[in-house]
Amino acid sequence: MSEEPKPAGLDASDHSEAIVTSLVQAREEGRPVYISAGGSKRHIAGRDCDSDILDVSLHRGIVDYQPQELVITARAGTPLTELIAALQEHNQMLPFEPPLFGGKATLGGTLACNLSGPARPFRGSIRDAVLGVQLINGKCELLNFGGKVMKNVAGYDVSRLQAGALGTLGVISEVSLKLLPQPEKTLSLRYEMTVGDAIECMNRRAGEPKPLSGAFWFNGELTLRLSGAASAVDSTATQWGGDILEAADNTWERLRDMTLPYFANDEPLWRFSVNPAATISAATDSSLIDWGGAQRWLRGEYPQQELQQAAARAGGHVTLFRGGDRAAEVRSPLSGAEQHLQQQLKHAFDPDGILNPGRLYSWL
Amino acid sequence: MPESSRDELKRRLQQYLGADNIIVDQESQRPYECDALTIYCDLPLLVALPETTVQVQQVLRVCHQLNVPVVARGAGTGLCAGAMPHPEGVLLALTKLDRIVNIDPLARTARVQPGVSNLAISEAVAAHGLYYGPDPSSQVACSIGGNVAENSGGVHCLKYGLTVHNILSLDILTVEGEALTIGSQGLDSPGYDLMALFTGSEGLLGIVTEITVRLLPLPEAAQVVMAGFESVDAAGDAVGAVISAGIIPAGLEMMDRLAIQAAEDFAQAGYPRDAAAILLCEVDGTREEVDQHVSQVVNLFNSMGASSLTISRDEAHRSLLWKGRKSAFPAVGRLAPDYYCMDGTIPRGQVSFVLNEMHQMSEHYDLRVANVFHAGDGNLHPLILFDASDPNDVRKAEEFGSRILKLAVQVGGCITGEHGVGVEKLRLMPSQFSTEELLQLEDIKHAFDPALNLNPGKGVPILKRCQEYRALPTRHQHE
Repeated sequence: MSEEPKPAGLDASDHSEAIVTSLVQAREEGRPVYISAGGSKRHIAGRDCDSDILDVSLHRGIVDYQPQELVITARAGTPLTELIAALQEHNQMLPFEPPLFGGKATLGGTLACNLSGPARPFRGSIRDAVLGVQLINGKCELLNFGGKVMKNVAGYDVSRLQAGALGTLGVISEVSLKLLPQPEKTLSLRYEMTVGDAIECMNRRAGEPKPLSGAFWFNGELTLRLSGAASAVDSTATQWGGDILEAADNTWERLRDMTLPYFANDEPLWRFSVNPAATISAATDSSLIDWGGAQRWLRGEYPQQELQQAAARAGGHVTLFRGGDRAAEVRSPLSGAEQHLQQQLKHAFDPDGILNPGRLYSWL
Repeated sequence: MPESSRDELKRRLQQYLGADNIIVDQESQRPYECDALTIYCDLPLLVALPETTVQVQQVLRVCHQLNVPVVARGAGTGLCAGAMPHPEGVLLALTKLDRIVNIDPLARTARVQPGVSNLAISEAVAAHGLYYGPDPSSQVACSIGGNVAENSGGVHCLKYGLTVHNILSLDILTVEGEALTIGSQGLDSPGYDLMALFTGSEGLLGIVTEITVRLLPLPEAAQVVMAGFESVDAAGDAVGAVISAGIIPAGLEMMDRLAIQAAEDFAQAGYPRDAAAILLCEVDGTREEVDQHVSQVVNLFNSMGASSLTISRDEAHRSLLWKGRKSAFPAVGRLAPDYYCMDGTIPRGQVSFVLNEMHQMSEHYDLRVANVFHAGDGNLHPLILFDASDPNDVRKAEEFGSRILKLAVQVGGCITGEHGVGVEKLRLMPSQFSTEELLQLEDIKHAFDPALNLNPGKGVPILKRCQEYRALPTRHQHE
């Protein structure tokens, strides 16, 4: 942590006007921009984008945090570590356990990439936690959608639409998020298991009314995490058995931040997002399976189309998350009808195509 | 619309759907003239009741070719006139698409058609130890398709989320009648999150023909703590205390004096009639967890000055305590010829302020108001009592309601938490959104429905395309 979290409303880090001014200039010059803050996601999640950088890293800081409301509002360039430190003082947390990428990850980038950690199937994604956004669209208008309250159905849900849009619909300026209290106790259990048995076990356990908060499998080992009221965690651990991981074990953090040895090389890294109970024929044994079966990582050179077909059979899609050819398409193809709708939607927000062009798909 | 086109529409829809699935005469159309907000009603050109997705597709294609508005309708339990027919359009009733297509207990999902009722899903999957989370008060009757259109909530949303958090995938038809699947069986999609956009879009972007819902494990145990308080302020503070203690209750509801008395007369649930406010706090989870949280909540309520405390003894008692709350709307309805239910959401910390302001408005308009409140997530349901046969009362009730919602926006909230905008709150949208924001919403609408034929006159005000736009007749544009 380089800085203390600032008290609400007292910092002078509102750079939204400067961002609007830069964007107006870029638009007038017909010069598209690539939105960046911490730079931790420059070459992951989407295609490479070679437009000039629009730096939003100075636009940072917590705007409002009311622990009793379970809501925090912060500027897009705020490092997640800063948010987390502020929440910890009140025994609260971001529900979606986002990757911190060495402290470089910011709130805006995390929303734009819709990145959530191992708790995602059990506590929701950042997309699920978003209550509202302030957004600068491609017409350089500063707009607010959603709000700071738990329920809001006035107008279309533009806030959640930003999750996974990779900044192609607007420059995210501020985000309001729903929070959760920190669990009283967390404990992890490990089992030796084949991949097939592990997928079944993860799904069966997720269907039980127990405080499961993580389930991943790698290399013959299934690890389950329990978080919640101490009484519930202890009784579940007794019932389920397994080897209890030491409290000092940082496997979950390394899984979250993608710093486990599995992620540590330059080979292409594929991310499958599929039906959690599905069997995928392609190289399941060498996958790392997270999110209770719903997110599966696969390392190595594979024919992209074959993986896309396998993902489709498993009810989902596959992304070339990191490495490989990042000038080509990195995401599963969409049907003609859906592609048309997505292009219309892009046009509705960014008619001149100046925001992160080609980052999500070459045609967006 | 010229008579010839009207005949053409009727002839072609009859050909595709059969005469039994088309209603043309006005008397038989009456049951479809409004949703549960009955002060807004009208009759359509015709009612179409398709039995299959292919028939829905044919209705959309014909309407697209003839440039006819289409208003989708589920069970008609909506509370914002979102399903009110368009006088020059087709009312597309989806109630006959009522099949549970598939249940996958291991992956914890169910594929259902839009006409399936909310509760029917939970009943169908109960044998697997699962249920569907969102539980609007109308869950016995309301359809899952309507839930998607309105992003419905219920009393359990703080812990288990809204509709948008509990659905994975939708089969939709575009306004042109083109079929596509959005979302996936996984937890995200490769392109833009159209699931987020479609959920709560009030039938303005497309027609949903199948829904894949996520299912949750039925909790091992659940228990309700009911506490009475001598002031609304004290009850509001107690809500904050529960949240601050790190407990996320499965449900946390507040009712004020008038609502308590009406509900008690109706349900005899044992509510304290002398209390200014009650809280109903349900905790669920494992047996041990529930025991732990019940004792924490009881201690908190005592320390916050509760004047009475009741803990549910068993399942029957828990149901009885909820029965009062769940029947609060009809119970309050017995106090006056009509009631008008509002739906603003506010930050929890503003509860006392807003309730006190509302009390003053109630005196100003000389209309009583009962408050039922999803306290855990800040969603207010003030019920304004009035007499719909008195035009002056109707005007006052509408004005009172508008002022409540504008107040909700002023304190940092919104005009609708879960009931939707529909016709009812269209005129209030500018109090929550700037012109640029409304134009952005309009551009989204235009991206999906360039001719503006899906549920016109609802949801999002149309500002810039007004000359070409077929708005609702002026009699529905209440000021």
